[in-house]
Amino acid sequence: LSVPPEIPKEDGRPKWDNKFQYILSCIGFAVGLGNVWRFPYLCQIHGGGAFLIPYFIALLFEGIPLLHLELALGQCLRKGSIGAWNTISPYLGGVGVGSWMVSVLVSLYYNTVLTWVMWYFVNSFQEPLPWSVCPLNENRTGLNEECYESTAVNYFWYRKTLNITPDVTESGTLQWWLILCLATCWAIVYLCTIRGIETTGKAIYVTALFPYLVLTIFLIHGLSLPGATDGLAYLFTPNLSTLKNPRVWLDAATQIFFSLSLAFGGLIAFSSYNPPKNDCEKDAVTIAIVNSLTSLYASIPVFSVLGFKATTGYWDCLDRNIISIINEFDLPEESIMRQNYTAWISFLNSSYPQKIAGLQLKSCDLQEFLDQSVSGTGLAFIIFTQAIILMPGSQAWAILFFIMLFSLGLSSMFGNIEGVFTPLLELQIISKSIPKELLSGIICLICFLIALCFTLGSGSYWIDIFDSYAGSVPLLVIAFFEVIGVAYVYKIKRFNKDVKWMTGRKPNLYWQITWRFISPLLLLIVFVAFVTLQIQKSPSYAAWNPKYEGFPMKEEKVYPPWVLAICVLLAVLPCVFVPLVALFHLIKRMHRSKDSSFVPPEVFSCQGANG
Amino acid sequence: MLRVLLLTLSVVAIADAELCKPDAQNAFKVRLSIKTALGDNAYAWDANEEYLFKAMVAFAMRKYSSKSTTQISNVLVCNVTDRVSFWFVVTDSSKNGTTVPGSQVEAAIRMYRNRINSAFLLSDKTLQFLKITSTLSPPVEPSTPVWLIVFGVVLCLIVVGIVFLIVGGIQKRKKKNKASTERENLEEKGEVTVTVENGIPCEALDLKAGHINGVFAADDERFTSL
Repeated sequence: LSVPPEIPKEDGRPKWDNKFQYILSCIGFAVGLGNVWRFPYLCQIHGGGAFLIPYFIALLFEGIPLLHLELALGQCLRKGSIGAWNTISPYLGGVGVGSWMVSVLVSLYYNTVLTWVMWYFVNSFQEPLPWSVCPLNENRTGLNEECYESTAVNYFWYRKTLNITPDVTESGTLQWWLILCLATCWAIVYLCTIRGIETTGKAIYVTALFPYLVLTIFLIHGLSLPGATDGLAYLFTPNLSTLKNPRVWLDAATQIFFSLSLAFGGLIAFSSYNPPKNDCEKDAVTIAIVNSLTSLYASIPVFSVLGFKATTGYWDCLDRNIISIINEFDLPEESIMRQNYTAWISFLNSSYPQKIAGLQLKSCDLQEFLDQSVSGTGLAFIIFTQAIILMPGSQAWAILFFIMLFSLGLSSMFGNIEGVFTPLLELQIISKSIPKELLSGIICLICFLIALCFTLGSGSYWIDIFDSYAGSVPLLVIAFFEVIGVAYVYKIKRFNKDVKWMTGRKPNLYWQITWRFISPLLLLIVFVAFVTLQIQKSPSYAAWNPKYEGFPMKEEKVYPPWVLAICVLLAVLPCVFVPLVALFHLIKRMHRSKDSSFVPPEVFSCQGANG
Repeated sequence: MLRVLLLTLSVVAIADAELCKPDAQNAFKVRLSIKTALGDNAYAWDANEEYLFKAMVAFAMRKYSSKSTTQISNVLVCNVTDRVSFWFVVTDSSKNGTTVPGSQVEAAIRMYRNRINSAFLLSDKTLQFLKITSTLSPPVEPSTPVWLIVFGVVLCLIVVGIVFLIVGGIQKRKKKNKASTERENLEEKGEVTVTVENGIPCEALDLKAGHINGVFAADDERFTSL
């Protein structure tokens, strides 16, 4: 008799084909777009190499303990986030629901970012690249005004891709090209998650490993570009005085936390498909270290390319000045080169100061160009695309770059969707006869329909809101309750016994101290500092308004009250489940305690379920 | 005789200097960037190149208006700098001492800009007529946007993949269902089934199963008699 591959072990649960698939899925989930476009930016603004110090301290005391906790939890309890927390204690069930809620919210907007990546990818097959030239205006007398005043790259991003409205309250219309790309992205996610880990396990081999290949190619090419060494020196030169600023430590802690994708419930879901006797301690350390090393590895090509772009910008500035001077003084061509520019300028300034002043030459400073630091979508879609135009063979580089970004985001989406999918499969409300394909199809369809809001003209403003409010504070709260829940409600002694049963050795002193004291304390401090900082700066956003007098600078606008209410709702909604569910069970227990037939629930133990 | 000739020549020279000078009426400034355009293959700007320039301007004037009788000597070039830049003006051959209106010169040059550019192996950007703007060429747009084609390919691949996986899943489920229903049916018919052991139906064997093995006991002749 040939056994169909999905027939699982004793408890009817699907499992990974091999350990490598599991590790790769966790790494793919942790390594995402933030490793490429947020970590290098933080390194740059927080004193280069010096930032690595708070980063590794945060990794040691916050990242690795929390990661080990989540992996051990999922592996022991063999359930998704909602089921797992319900099992630990019914009062902590809200933590699971909160995780699930955050996974849903993040899945919605994360895939829209992938939509933008896909749009750029399909546009990279053109010659010349559409973001390299400005289109003509209506009567063909000159270039399009909005494009001319900003740059062609900005124009393509803000007008041709987003078709952005000048204000978050103006919704604009649905952009049909974005809807097409969004449908494609959700179709790809459906294709890969159609049967849960059975299909994502195969897809992850490509989506998790391909970015490393492309990063290596970019590394080799980037280091060969002129100006790369300037960029790298700028990135890595340590400036230890920045460590006195507490903002740096806060950014390091939050970066580690969000980069490892903790508190989403996705890691718990992944490890719940493991065989119970698996060394989760080694897995956690491996995944955390690979994630941090990937961030470092990715920052090298990013900064080589940024150095190249800054150098090219600096040379362009110099060349424009040189041309103006040559034309004005009718000097022969190539008499002033970049090398003797400063000598000539000082000579001419002393002899013909009025003429030089009349030229209105821009001061060209390489440092100024290097200082233009951007993170997030600006880095990928504006700065990097501009740098790619300057490279020979730009189509190939653009295609490679956007496929890499897509793979990075897709492997993170697998974790998000798994964090949504696995708890739903275990809830009693879904009957067993519904095939997995149908359930994942329904989830993807509902998410696609809701995410259509992000394809409106004001969509990118809403994505910023979701990213800042739904994808930040609730995670800190949930992680805090996770650690407290395991350490003090489940009791750390029981947890030690469970981990010893799974890995074969008792967790050593490092884990004891971090789980019991350091990690909860650190999370509390980070949470308080984070919320304080958020409250202090008034919630404003930068709008792209062509009619603004300071255009092409962005216009600073304040969120209207109803948008602020939505921000608060997004931040509070996942967190509110924690006390709500606890309260619900408390009330139920009080009712039951009046009832004499009350039987206390069985005490759960890792070994009991599987031994 | 000689004196008259010298006098007329000097008068003409002075008249020319009057007509062609920077910011004169109907005069245009030209700027060439030969090294930028040609790099190592750059040629030097000398009197012969100037002659070619005058010839091209005269050619443009003659082609623009069939009535025009512009000669090379009508095109005056002055103030040549090292940059390379100079001013030029086109004098009217019919009326002495006047210049052709700037609008006519501009129109003529605009019409034959391509020819003038290619004579010098330069482009609109490297051979600049400072007051004459060039019309921008429209960007080449293919009939179907390229991105739609790529997008269509990607979408087709995905749809094929999804259909393949769903159909595969349905088939697997059907096989599993069939296998489980077969097992169920066998279990139901348990009492009626003929249990077969080693190819011999059990009922055929002696009912004293376990005490006497009917297969061996049935054949006495096999044993040799003691």
